[in-house]
Amino acid sequence: MKKILGILGLLIFVCSLTAIINPNFLGATNLFNTLRWTSLFGIISIGVAFVIITGGIDLSVGSTIGLVGTTLAYLLTVRHVSTPLAILIVLGLSLLIGLFHGLLITKVKLQPFIVTLCGLLLYRGAARFISNDQSLGFGSAFAGLRELAIGKVPIIGSVTLPLPLLIMTGIGIIAAVFLHRTIYGRYLLAIGRNETAVRFSGIRTDRIVILAYVVCSLLAGFGGILFALDVNSVQPSGLGEAYELYAIAGAVLGGCSLRGGEGSITGVIIGAAVLRVLYNAINILGIPTMLEYSIIGFVLLAGAIADEVVKRYAAKRKAARELLADDSVRSDEASA
Amino acid sequence: MPSFGDAPLLEVHGLSKRFPGVAALRNVSLTLQRSEVLAVIGENGAGKSTLMKILAGVQTPDAGEIRLNGQTVRIDSVHTAEKLGIALIHQELNLADNLTVAANVFLGREPLRFGLIDTKRMERETLPLLAQVGLDCSPATLVQDLSLGCQQMVEIAKALSVGARVLIMDEPTSSLSQHETDQLYAVVKDLRQRGVSIVYISHRLGEVTELADRVVVLRDGQNAGELSRVEITHEAMIRLMVGRDLSQLYQRPSHTLGEPLLEAYKLRTQANPRHALSLAVRAGEIVGIAGLVGAGRTDLLRALFGIDRALGGTIRVEGKKVELSGPHDAIEAGMALVPEDRKQQGLVLGMTVRPNLSLASLLRDSSRGLLNHAVENEITATMIRDLNIRTPGPEQTAQFLSGGNQQKIVLGKWLAMKPRILLLDEPTRGIDVGAKQEIYRLLDNLAAQGVAILFVSSEMEEIIRLADRAIVMHEGRITGELDRAACSEEAIMRLATGNL
Ligand SMILES: Nc1ncnc2c1ncn2[C@@H]1O[C@H](COP(=O)(O)OP(=O)(O)OP(=O)(O)O)[C@@H](O)[C@H]1O
Ligand SMILES: [Mg+2]
Repeated sequence: MKKILGILGLLIFVCSLTAIINPNFLGATNLFNTLRWTSLFGIISIGVAFVIITGGIDLSVGSTIGLVGTTLAYLLTVRHVSTPLAILIVLGLSLLIGLFHGLLITKVKLQPFIVTLCGLLLYRGAARFISNDQSLGFGSAFAGLRELAIGKVPIIGSVTLPLPLLIMTGIGIIAAVFLHRTIYGRYLLAIGRNETAVRFSGIRTDRIVILAYVVCSLLAGFGGILFALDVNSVQPSGLGEAYELYAIAGAVLGGCSLRGGEGSITGVIIGAAVLRVLYNAINILGIPTMLEYSIIGFVLLAGAIADEVVKRYAAKRKAARELLADDSVRSDEASA
Repeated sequence: MPSFGDAPLLEVHGLSKRFPGVAALRNVSLTLQRSEVLAVIGENGAGKSTLMKILAGVQTPDAGEIRLNGQTVRIDSVHTAEKLGIALIHQELNLADNLTVAANVFLGREPLRFGLIDTKRMERETLPLLAQVGLDCSPATLVQDLSLGCQQMVEIAKALSVGARVLIMDEPTSSLSQHETDQLYAVVKDLRQRGVSIVYISHRLGEVTELADRVVVLRDGQNAGELSRVEITHEAMIRLMVGRDLSQLYQRPSHTLGEPLLEAYKLRTQANPRHALSLAVRAGEIVGIAGLVGAGRTDLLRALFGIDRALGGTIRVEGKKVELSGPHDAIEAGMALVPEDRKQQGLVLGMTVRPNLSLASLLRDSSRGLLNHAVENEITATMIRDLNIRTPGPEQTAQFLSGGNQQKIVLGKWLAMKPRILLLDEPTRGIDVGAKQEIYRLLDNLAAQGVAILFVSSEMEEIIRLADRAIVMHEGRITGELDRAACSEEAIMRLATGNL
C-alpha cells in the first residue's frame, strides 16, 4: 500500500512538473495519446508482473509482440485469412509460447532467464523470416479492427477515453482479483518466496508457474495485436523491440520484487504510466531523445534507492516510537 | 593479557531490545565466569536467541552495558565480537555447504600465497582444530557430505580457529542424534577444561543437568532466576521457566485401535533402494520411528508422502492402493506431513503468520477458487491459541518469530488441515518443555478421534512417552518393532545401532 502511494506520488510529481514547464502536456490529444500508450504498456507489464511474482522473468515479451504483430499482418494482408480466425491464431500462438516457456522451466528445470532469452532471439528471427523482413501495412481495409488500438469512447460531453484504457482496466481488475482474492493468487505469491514449502503443502506448483508464463505471453500477444494496429503497419525487426525492458521496468517500479513474492496490479499500472509520461515529457520538453534510456534508468534507480531508504527510516521510527511507549508504561508502573 | 582479578569474564547489565510489537529483552543481566558452562533456558520467545545475537554482534541492543574482563565494550558487529573472542553458533547452521571443511573454517581469513588462497596451508592448519572437536574427517571434505552433527563440529572448529574465549551455542543438539549429542558433550567438557567459557541454550533439560555449572532462566524477555550447580533439577528449572509447577509430564493413556489406515508394503525409497520397508499404522495409533540420524527415517516419510517417488512397493490408505505422484496426491488421500526443515520446507518465511497457517487448507476451504477470509482468520486464531504461538499478531512476518514459534506454525498449518493420517518429522524440534506437553496432548486427542499418527523423533524420551509402538531403523532398514512394554532406551539403542 505504501509502495503504491510512493509510486503514485512519483507519477503526480512527474506529471505536474511536465505540465508546469510545458502546458501542452495537458492538451487533449497529448493526454489521450499518453493514456493510450500507458494502456498498451500496462497490459504487457501486468503479464510480466505475474512471472516476476513467481520469482521468474520473461525477456521474450518484445519478440513475442513482434512475432504476433507480424503474423497477424501476414495472415490478414498476405494470406487474407478472416479477421476473427487470424486473431484466434495469433492468440493461440502466444498461448503456446507461454506454455513452451512454462514447461521448459518447470519440467526440464531450465532457468527462466535462459529460456526466455532464447525466446527473445527465436521469435524475433521467426518474425523476420515469415515476413521476409519486409514491413507489412494494414492499409485502410482494417479500419474497424484498428479501433481496438486507437478507438475513442465518449464519456461525458466531448471527453473521450481511449478504448485500450478500458481494455486495460478490465484486464487489470481481473488480474487483481485473481492475485489478491483467489487461492491461486495466494499460491503465486507464496511460490515466489518459497516454492518448496508450497509444494510440500500439496500444491501443484508446476501448474501455477506454467499458468504465470501463459498469462504473460498471452498478454504480450494481445499487446502485440494492439501495438501492430496502433502503427497500422508492422516492421518485423523493430516491432516491440526492447519492450520487455519497459514491461519489466514498469512492474519493478510498481513494486514487484525481482526476488519474487511481491507485487500489486495497481502498482504495476502506475509504474507503466510513469514510464510513458517520462517518455512523453522527453518529447514535449525538447530533451534530446537520445537521453531517453538514461532518464528512465535514472528514475528506476532513484525509485529503488528511495524505496530502501524509506523502508529503513520507517523501521527506525517505529522502533523508536515503541521504545518511548514502553518507557512510559514502565514509569507508570513505578509511580503506581 | 592483563589480569583483572575477580572480574567475571563477561558481564551483561540492563540489556534491552525491542522489535516492532515485541519487547524481546527487558533489563536483562547475566554474568559468565571463566571456564564455565552457563545454560540459558526459557520458553519459546523468551529472548534467548536475541540475547545471544546481541553478544555476538549480530544485533545491537537499545540499552544496556556489556563488560568483558571488567571493561565496557561496544559490540557493534560480528567482526568486533570475533576480535573480542566471542563466537556464536546459530540455531540454524551457517556453513557454505558447497565448500570444503577447511574453506569454511577459514572463511574470510584465508591464508594467501602469491595473492591466491593457500589451500595446503589452510588444510594443514585445520587438522588440529578438527582433532580438538573430535571430528574424524579430511579438511578437504565438502561440508554437504557431512552429517548435521559433523557440520556442527565444523562450526565449533571455526569458532575455535578465531580464538574464541566465549563460545555461544544456540540449541546445538536440536538436530543431532544421540551419539552425536554425546560427542558434543565431550567436546564441551573438554573446551571448559581448556579455559573456554560456554553459553549453552537448550530446551532439553536433561542436557542442561548434565552439562551446566549454572543456569540462567529468562521469561518474557526478563531475568526469571538463576540456579547454581547443586540447585539444578527439572522441577526447579520448569518452575522458573513457566512461572508455576508444571502438572506432571505428559503420560499417554492407552486406547483402542481401529483398522489400519496407512500401510506400506515392501516400499523401496530412492535413498535406500536395497531395503524393502513394510509397516502399518492403525486408526487411533501413534507410531514412532526411532533411529540414528541418517537411518533413512526421513526418506521413508518422504516416500510415504509422495515427495520422492518410491522405487517399488505399494502404499495403501484404508486398504486402497494409492499412487503418489506428489504431495498433492498424498493430501488428497488424507495425509499430512510436518516436514523436517521448517525454514526450507515448512514455512514461507517472508509471509505473515496467517497465510502460513492457512496455506495447506486454502483449497479445501475455498469455493470456486476464491479465498475464504472468514475461515482463514478462524484457523489463524484457533492455532495461535491452541499452540500458544507467541506473535504480536497474525500479521507478523514468520521470519521474525523465534525458532520454536516458527515450528509451532508448521505444526499448526497441518493440524488445521485435519488429516486422517498425520506424518511428522521431528515435530517438537526447538519447542520448549511446556509447549511440548501441550503438543503431545493435541496429538493424543487426534489419535483418540481416530487419526493415524506416524512420527520420526531423535529424542528417545519422546518416542517412549508418545508412541504406542516404536519402529526402529538402522542404515536404511527396519531392524525391529517395540511395543509399549518393550520400549526402553536400551532396547531402542540396540536396534538403532544394528546390534540385533
Ligand atoms: N528480527 C526480529 N524482528 C521482530 N521480532 C523479533 C525479531 N527477532 C526476535 N523477535 C521476537 O523477539 C522475541 C524473542 O525471540 P528469541 O528468538 O530471542 O526467542 P528464543 O528465546 O530464542 O525462543 P526459541 O526458544 O523459540 O528459540 C520473540 O517474540 C520474537 O518474535
Ligand atoms: Mg531461539
